[in-house]
Amino acid sequence: MATARTSQDCLTNVETLEQIKDRITHVLPGARLEIVPNESPSGQRSLLVDHEHAGAIATFLRDDAELRLDYCSNATGVDWPEAVVKTKIKKPVVTDGVEKEVEETVDALRSGYLEAVYHLYSVAKKHGPVILRLRTGNRTDKVTLPSLTPVWRSCEYQEREIFDLFGIKFAGHPDLRRILMWDGFVDHPMRKDYVEPDDFEYEPTPHDAVLERAKTHYPSEVKT
Amino acid sequence: MSATLETPAKNYELRPKLSDDGETELLEVSMGPHHPSTHGVFRMDVVLDGERVVRLKPVFGYLHRNHEKIAEGTSYLSSMPYTDRLDYFCSLTNNWAYALAVEKLAGLQVPERAEYIRVITAELTRLQNHTCLIGFLMQDMGALGTPLMYAFREREKILDLFEALTGARMMCNYMRFGGCRVDLPPGWLAAAQRIVDEYPRFLDEFETLLSGNEIIIARSQGIGVLPRELAVNAGITGPVARAAGVDYDLRKVDKYGIYDRFSFRVPLGDHGDTYDRYMIRILEMRESLKILQQALKDIPAGPIIDPKAKLRGFRPKAGEAYGRIEAPKGELGFYLISDGGPNPFRYRVRPPSFINLTVLEDMCLGNTIADAVITLGSVDIVLGEVDR
Repeated sequence: MATARTSQDCLTNVETLEQIKDRITHVLPGARLEIVPNESPSGQRSLLVDHEHAGAIATFLRDDAELRLDYCSNATGVDWPEAVVKTKIKKPVVTDGVEKEVEETVDALRSGYLEAVYHLYSVAKKHGPVILRLRTGNRTDKVTLPSLTPVWRSCEYQEREIFDLFGIKFAGHPDLRRILMWDGFVDHPMRKDYVEPDDFEYEPTPHDAVLERAKTHYPSEVKT
Repeated sequence: MSATLETPAKNYELRPKLSDDGETELLEVSMGPHHPSTHGVFRMDVVLDGERVVRLKPVFGYLHRNHEKIAEGTSYLSSMPYTDRLDYFCSLTNNWAYALAVEKLAGLQVPERAEYIRVITAELTRLQNHTCLIGFLMQDMGALGTPLMYAFREREKILDLFEALTGARMMCNYMRFGGCRVDLPPGWLAAAQRIVDEYPRFLDEFETLLSGNEIIIARSQGIGVLPRELAVNAGITGPVARAAGVDYDLRKVDKYGIYDRFSFRVPLGDHGDTYDRYMIRILEMRESLKILQQALKDIPAGPIIDPKAKLRGFRPKAGEAYGRIEAPKGELGFYLISDGGPNPFRYRVRPPSFINLTVLEDMCLGNTIADAVITLGSVDIVLGEVDR
């Protein structure tokens, strides 16, 4: 007999994500929100938030009497490099005078961006998660996002880690420094296109893959 | 009022005036990374006014090996042994958190016997982690040797159980997606029952030695106070948060696994100081023993892994999931994004000891540098998990 999964994957015990979105747009009329679907069995959908209203939305979610999302559990980055994405589109096709809907796969080029993801829970009301996402303009020069550390202190070290490993700059962060890598380090190792430094050390008896690398480093010394 | 009593302007100072930027010269101390009290390679940049801490910045990353990047370059299953190395005291709870996240991502079910084994091993892990932490904390306070040796004596018994079950004392690599790796060996439950039955006696002995000790009370009560509101806002979890009075235990909140079947209580502290953090762990161990007694009694026979779970060629559907459990140090979460491939597209560990360090400065400010040592000790960090 298998045990049943508990209902914690649904959003909150009071509201759906759509209702939360409607309430935010009611309170903050200019806010642009989008629900990001999630097809995995976990069903944890998220809310894509625009930069200008991110702080206000976060404060609203934290202080709202129904939601009380006072605890930001997890803040992390995701790197989405430029890629070809297959999307299914339903298209009406007329065959033999009858209109039918046919699914078609369309290749679309997705421009690259970096993303910060926040998992919010409520300690007071014991529900969650509500997931917020913030996206940068691209992966090179438009990499600044508003910091949510003024709203949830738990983001302080986690946003530093995102800055360190992904290279997202957080405007309004009190102390944005590298946290895991050392200060003189230049790149951002969690980016998908990060190239590891070639730290090959001299090997007296190289073999297999090490031999191939040794040849590029010490061609005269390696006996083949 | 007449202006006749006006004081004449003074052109002298009765006392030498101190400069505005601090009354005494501040001393900057770099504590660590090899200081024995820092529990690994951890450094604190401390600014001292006399003996008082006026600034404290944790510096870490010495053990950083980018666990997340390594996991993104390999299959889901091959990260399982690597999770053991995060918090190397509690490999079984790390396994469980990762397995739980993947089970959510792929929609796997766990057989009942496996859920019981998970609860039993996780609670035994909690017992040995809390016991050792108290031993280390006492070592930091100056009780050299004895409490730590007592703690390690008990831990050894639990590690023997782990070795009998998984083949390894610390790097257990035991859980699988949808269940566990091997079934319990014959006689294991009886051996576990014996340890669980004897543990309260050890706890009583330990408490007789420590809880009422005058030196421990003087060193830890009122030291390193963490206010409740700050604990919630800063995302502090586990015994540190509960000592500050935050009623948040994922075993009660999420009821993951089968924790809704056991009756146990969540102890909460009133003061949020170092003594409360010590006492909360003692009380949590007593509650863990209650869970263990119930689980060892009720464990059913049956399969230990979901027959539909694939070990090789495991490719979950595209999507994402965040799974979390109550690890001994706090909320341990795994955030996974799948793009349909054999490797996770994004693999993130939410390490409790990393986030619990956020408030270390707030807890240490105004106390002496000797208190900073025991405050750090009572937070319970493991650098394998902080640095990842």
